[in-house]
Amino acid sequence: MRYMMLLTATIPSTPPPPELYEAIMKLGGEATEAGVLLDTAGLLPSANGARVSLASGSITVTDGPFTESKELISYALYEVRSKDEAIEWTSRFMRLHRDLWAGWEGETDVLQVMGPDNLG
Amino acid sequence: MDDHEATRAAIETVWRIESPRLIAALARITGDVGAAEELAQDALVIALEQWPVQGVPDGPGAWLTATAKHRAVDLVRRRVRYDQKLREVGRDMEAHAQAEAYGEPDIDAMDDHIGDDLLRLIFIACHPVLSAEARAALTLRLIGGLTTHEIARAFLVPEPTIAQRIVRAKRTLADKQIPFEIPAPGELTGRVASVLEVIYLIFNEGYAATFGADWIRPELCAEALRLGRVLAGLMPRQVEVQGLVALMELQASRIPARTGPDGDPILLTDQDRLRWDRLLIRRGLAALGRAEQIDAAPGPYAVQAEIAACHARAGSVKDTDWERVAALYVVLAHLTPSPVVELNRAVAVGMAYGAARGLEIADTLTSQPALAGYVQLPAVRGDLLAKLGRLDEARAEFTRAAALTRNDRERALFEARAEACLPEP
Repeated sequence: MRYMMLLTATIPSTPPPPELYEAIMKLGGEATEAGVLLDTAGLLPSANGARVSLASGSITVTDGPFTESKELISYALYEVRSKDEAIEWTSRFMRLHRDLWAGWEGETDVLQVMGPDNLG
Repeated sequence: MDDHEATRAAIETVWRIESPRLIAALARITGDVGAAEELAQDALVIALEQWPVQGVPDGPGAWLTATAKHRAVDLVRRRVRYDQKLREVGRDMEAHAQAEAYGEPDIDAMDDHIGDDLLRLIFIACHPVLSAEARAALTLRLIGGLTTHEIARAFLVPEPTIAQRIVRAKRTLADKQIPFEIPAPGELTGRVASVLEVIYLIFNEGYAATFGADWIRPELCAEALRLGRVLAGLMPRQVEVQGLVALMELQASRIPARTGPDGDPILLTDQDRLRWDRLLIRRGLAALGRAEQIDAAPGPYAVQAEIAACHARAGSVKDTDWERVAALYVVLAHLTPSPVVELNRAVAVGMAYGAARGLEIADTLTSQPALAGYVQLPAVRGDLLAKLGRLDEARAEFTRAAALTRNDRERALFEARAEACLPEP
C-alpha cells in the first residue's frame, strides 16, 4: 500500500533549528533502511511556483505566492502494509517537530495512492 | 474503533516495524534465534497488558527494546549462574568455557550494532542448512514481521504447515549450532546468494503465482521488495544485491499493466506501458546504476536487471533494443546455463532477427527433459509459429500450454490464443 504524506504548516517566524533537520534526516534514514520510504523532498515556498487553474472554461496562470498563511512544506511516499504503519511513521515525524521546534504547529495529511491491489 | 482496539492496532503496528531489529539485537545477546523471538514476544505480551491501561508510550519502539533487553539480560545471567553452579560442583568443564564465552551481557552495546545484527539475522534465517521453503517462511516471519497466519495465506498453504516449518527451521539452526554471525569473506558470496534466492523466490511467488486463482499476489511482491531494499541498505557494495533490487523494482513496475480489469494476465508485449509505475522504474534504474558502479562482475540478477531495463527504457515493443536483450541472454546463459534462459533467448532473437530464427532455437529445446512439463515452452513455440502463419501447429502448442498450467488465469489466456489460431469461419 502506497501512501503520500503532505506536510502543511503555517509559515514560521523563525527558521527550523538545525537539530530538527538532523533528526528528520536520521528518521528518513531509518525509514529507508526499513525499506518503506520510497521518495521524499522538501518544497520551496509557493513564491517560487505558480498555480494553473481552470474556471468557467478558461485556464489562468497565477504566479506564487498563492497561499494565505499555510504552505505545503514537504512530501513523502511510503510503501507500507497498512494505514496504521503509515500513521506510525508520520507520527514519528511529527514528534520530532514537537520535541525540537517549540511552538511549531502543522499537519500531515496521509493519503493512500491508488494502485492495483494497493501495490502500485 | 474504540480506544482499546486503537491501542491494540497501535501495538501491532509498532511490533511490525520494530520486531526484526528487536529480534536481531536479542539474538546477539542470547545467541539463539528461537529464544530471541520468544523474548521479543514476551515484550509484546507485556505491551498488550500495559499499554491499554497506561497508554501507548511516547517512544513505543524504545520501550519494547528496553523491556525485551532486560528479560534477555536476566536470561543470560541465569544461564551464566547455572553454568557457574555446574562448575562449582565440578561436573562440567565445558560449561565453564561456555559461561566465559557468554560473559556479562553488554546492554548498552545493543543499540550500536543494529545494522549488523539485522544482517546476521537475515543470514541465519536464509542459512543453506535450511530448505528454500523453510528459509522463505523464517525470513518472512523474522525479518518481514509477518504472522504465521499471514505467511500461510500468502503461500496458500495451511497455517499449521507454516507453523511447523518455522518450528523445525529454528530447531535445525539450534541443533546444528549455526552461529549468529556475518559469514567469513571466503563464504560470503555463497551465503549472499542463498539470501537473494529466498527473496527472489518470495517475489516470484507473488509475481507469477505458480497456482491458485490469482495470477499476481502483489503483497508478496511488496514484501520481497521491502526485504531487498533492507538488504541493499545493509550491503550496498554487493553487485548482486543491487542487481536483485533493480530487477524486482523493474519487474514490479509492470504490475499495474500485467492484468486486465478481470485479473487476466497481459503479456509484456501487449501491456499498456503508460500504466507502468514510473517511480519504481526510476528506483530500479537507480539501483542498476549503483550495481554498475561496483567494481565486480555482474551476476545473474544484475544481468536480468539489465534485460528488464531494456524493456523499462523502451516506449514500445518496437522501440525495444531486442538485439541487446538477445545479447544479454547470451551473457546470462554463460553465467547460469539453463534451458529456460535459452527459451527466453529464443523469444528475444525472434524479436530481433525474425520469428524463424527464434523458432530454430526454441525447437532445439523440445527434447530437453528439464522442459518436459514447462508451460512456457509450448507458449513460446505457439507464439513464434503463429507469427510465421503456421496456425495449426501454433494452436496445438497453445492447447498443450493450457493443459500444462496450474494457474486458472493463465489457462484462460492460452485457450484464447489457441482459439485465435482457428481459421475464420
